[in-house]
Amino acid sequence: MALKFAFYLAAGCAGCEMALVDLADRLIDALGDLEIVFWAPTVADIKYKDLEAMPDKSIDIALVDGAIRLSEQEHIVKVLRKKAKILVAFGACAAMGGIPGLANLHTKDEIFETVYFNTYSTDNPDGVVPQTKCVVDGKYELTLPEFWNEVKALHQVVDVDYFVGGCPPHHEHVAKIVEAIVSGNLPPKGSWITDGKSVCDVCPRNPANKGETRETVKEVKRTIEGIPDEERCLLQQGYLCFGPITQGDCGASCPKVNIPCRGCGGPLPGVKDFGARAIASLASILEDSAVDQLMEKYPSLAKLFYRYSLPVATINKRR
Amino acid sequence: MPKIGVYICHCGENIAGAVNIEEVKKFAEQLPDVVVVRDYLFMCSDPGQEIIKEDIRKGLVDRVVVAACTPRTHEPIFRKACEDAGLNKYYFEMANIRDQCSWAHWHEKEKATEKAKQLIAAAVAKARLLEPLEDRYVELNKDVLVIGGGIAGIFAALDLANAGFKVYLVEKSPSIGGNMAKLDKTFPTNDCSACILTPLMVEVANHPNITLYTYSEVESVEGTVGNFKVKVRKKQTYVDWEKCTGCGACLNVCPPKARVPDEFNEGLSLRGAIYIPFPQAVPKKAVIDPDACIRCSGRWFGEEPRRTKDGKPILAPCEKVCPTGACSRDEPRDPNGEIIELNVGAIIVATGYRVMDKKHFKEFAPDSPNVITALQMERLISATGPTEGKLIVPSDIPKYLEWKRKIEKGKEAKLDVRKPKVITFVSCVGSRDERFHTYCSKVCCMYMLKQAMLLKEKYPDLDIYIFFIDVRTPGKDFDEYYMRCRKLGVKIIKGKVGGVQRLPDERLLVRGYDADLGKPVELISDIVVLATAIEPNTDLKDLARKLGINVGAEGFLRERHTKLYPVDTMTEGIFICGCAQGPKDIPDSVAQAKAAAASAMSLLAPGKMKVEPLVSEVNPEKCTGCGICAPLCPYGAIEYVEIDGKRRAKINEAICKGCGVCAAACPSKAITLHGFTYEQVLAQIRTIARKGVIEEV
Repeated sequence: MALKFAFYLAAGCAGCEMALVDLADRLIDALGDLEIVFWAPTVADIKYKDLEAMPDKSIDIALVDGAIRLSEQEHIVKVLRKKAKILVAFGACAAMGGIPGLANLHTKDEIFETVYFNTYSTDNPDGVVPQTKCVVDGKYELTLPEFWNEVKALHQVVDVDYFVGGCPPHHEHVAKIVEAIVSGNLPPKGSWITDGKSVCDVCPRNPANKGETRETVKEVKRTIEGIPDEERCLLQQGYLCFGPITQGDCGASCPKVNIPCRGCGGPLPGVKDFGARAIASLASILEDSAVDQLMEKYPSLAKLFYRYSLPVATINKRR
Repeated sequence: MPKIGVYICHCGENIAGAVNIEEVKKFAEQLPDVVVVRDYLFMCSDPGQEIIKEDIRKGLVDRVVVAACTPRTHEPIFRKACEDAGLNKYYFEMANIRDQCSWAHWHEKEKATEKAKQLIAAAVAKARLLEPLEDRYVELNKDVLVIGGGIAGIFAALDLANAGFKVYLVEKSPSIGGNMAKLDKTFPTNDCSACILTPLMVEVANHPNITLYTYSEVESVEGTVGNFKVKVRKKQTYVDWEKCTGCGACLNVCPPKARVPDEFNEGLSLRGAIYIPFPQAVPKKAVIDPDACIRCSGRWFGEEPRRTKDGKPILAPCEKVCPTGACSRDEPRDPNGEIIELNVGAIIVATGYRVMDKKHFKEFAPDSPNVITALQMERLISATGPTEGKLIVPSDIPKYLEWKRKIEKGKEAKLDVRKPKVITFVSCVGSRDERFHTYCSKVCCMYMLKQAMLLKEKYPDLDIYIFFIDVRTPGKDFDEYYMRCRKLGVKIIKGKVGGVQRLPDERLLVRGYDADLGKPVELISDIVVLATAIEPNTDLKDLARKLGINVGAEGFLRERHTKLYPVDTMTEGIFICGCAQGPKDIPDSVAQAKAAAASAMSLLAPGKMKVEPLVSEVNPEKCTGCGICAPLCPYGAIEYVEIDGKRRAKINEAICKGCGVCAAACPSKAITLHGFTYEQVLAQIRTIARKGVIEEV
């Protein structure tokens, strides 16, 4: 019997869904084992009320991509939790808050101020900001979901059975996950679905993989400075690569194309606060002069270290 | 479930005077897993320890928390008590409620009590998570490196060598002997410095257990106690020491243009570019100073010689006179010298001192040749000095040397030099002076008295004045020495010299203040001797950095503990002695050198050493081979091994010192520092963050 499968896009970009579609023929093969009962708002023509009408625990597995930003998203994931046997936080946003989570460095008022008043392209002479309710033509009451004060990861709203990192998850990794789902060969609940090894572990640039000893970092460069050597470890060259701290299920995709890892894969097992661990590791490997450079060159370090994980950090929002 | 006993020490009034023991006891009793709480006047005393042992023996407790003083001094005592009673000694944790509570908050007793509770709660939280560990033993290399070949280094080396230890003695100058070799006589016995020093220097050179590296410097030091790897640079001598017999034929032929101030005579005379530091040098070998050498034959080492018309090679004078060909220019020589690698178990640092230069003291007319430092005076009156010990004013030394040169060549010459009639000593020049050094250089009072006494005994007509701030002569036979000096007629003036003025006839006008008269005084002196401060050598800081030992505010090496560990450093296996540790006289330097040698012996004699198991360990399952940890380890203890085709970090526990740098940096938390695991430390922090409430595990 085919597994009943649901997919929901919360505050995300649908990139994670693209990663699933990227499986191409392998997805078609898998579809024999999967029955899609809900895939909104991107793929299936299905309404929220249809989901709400489903019996509890009738969905075998539900994937959520995107963070929780709006009341609507919170409502749907709560419904989904009730209806699904297994709920997966799929991708960096659902698992850690992701890029949208960086909004937690600002208050809701600041965000509205920027988006609805201050950007160059804003044309808002009446000073309209989103309202949860408005009446049109004196008789039609329209509603909008509420914009919460902070962005949350999925598990901060509902219980989550599995976490998958990546922005988006690498399609090879997705293939393994689909296979695991279909075969029922899943790890204990609450865990990340990962090899548990770092990007460095699979990175051809890692000095340790070449039998060399890593050196301390003497200089810090931003990616806009020069073109990195294509062979040498990016961190050794001074480009802040988070490969040592990040799950390497991506197969070191970014370092392989000369881009430093930014940590979308999520922290290694046992690490709770990605940014704090990144600071501890980098502060150790950077020489004092390089630390000074780091402070000088990156005006907002929190946005670098917590690019994908601010909402789940120990200090996770502006109050 | 662990059974934790909490033992609270009153430390007499030290703790109980500010911390309410009864209140803390009640608090501790309600902490999770705590089964026994006891207090005692002095927990570290025999009966105090017995309380703990008794509870362990009876099976009442299997974890021990002592709330007392600092673990730095007392942790070993209590660990031992646990061990003696049959409990693994790493089931022990300490809360420092003396230094951190009663001492720090003596006047805020309630807060001190509250803090004591929280620290005890944190210790209990950690104790619940403690794991049993076993001590381990590491093999020790029994060879010793002694750095510095002065009197301290010589004694340290000889004591070790006589006890059967192999010693490498490294000295940066071409000869051992140090500053003591420059002294004429030594206080308080006035025996000849060279007479007592030279036999020791020879003994060092001939000792089968001592390998001597002179004209050498320590380049780098790696490793730790029992296993130091030291690179020593043997500087280029430009003379083949295998061939040089120390005959000295080359010394006189070196041309006047190549002559530079002689270090051994403290600049009072000149030496050639090729030189032997002093007549009793050990080893007695010549070196060429490449900065002074003017390349007489127009050729440097390894270059083709220029030739005369009839094709004979043109040789440099030193090359020509050398009977053994030791300074032949035929072979090229590496200006960087040679690197020697040594493996030793312990290191003794005895690099000595230098005296401050007179140029710092503008008020004392430093440009006058007749204003000299006391060490220069020492050379002036020494039989091996520039004048062979004949007392003349230093401004006439060039005349004397010229006369001597003529006489040596068999020419007739008349010696026309001035003999001093008045000599003035100025004490505390640069010492006890806020502008330079606040410390007392300790030996100046005595050596000024000594020089005055020697001069007065030899030349009774001399007028000698010594200006003192205080006469400091504590020490065996020292004050008697001072009284003897006074009786000889040396004029001791209590007061400071404000200035010295150079007169046209090269005499000096000394202006001072006589505190006994309560008046300014003036006198005209032929020589002014400045007792300039003893300073650490310029490169001592650099050496300390290489060794990883500490330097105090004044630049001298810092001992581990002023009273209890005076020759140890914070780095185990490295000992210090002599003036590198601080100004001191010869008896003190020798005593310290012997102490350092004895400390090194007692460390190395067993051949192995017990090491605490508080080291880091890599979990190869969690290690992802990122390589971050390897360059961070200050001891080079991390290597990579292949596990299942992947390179994983591995820590050599014999080398690891448990600093925890790797554990803090590990991105995947694969490294555990035993005794300070993440769980243990976080439990402590969380408990304090919750104001003493322990989180359920």
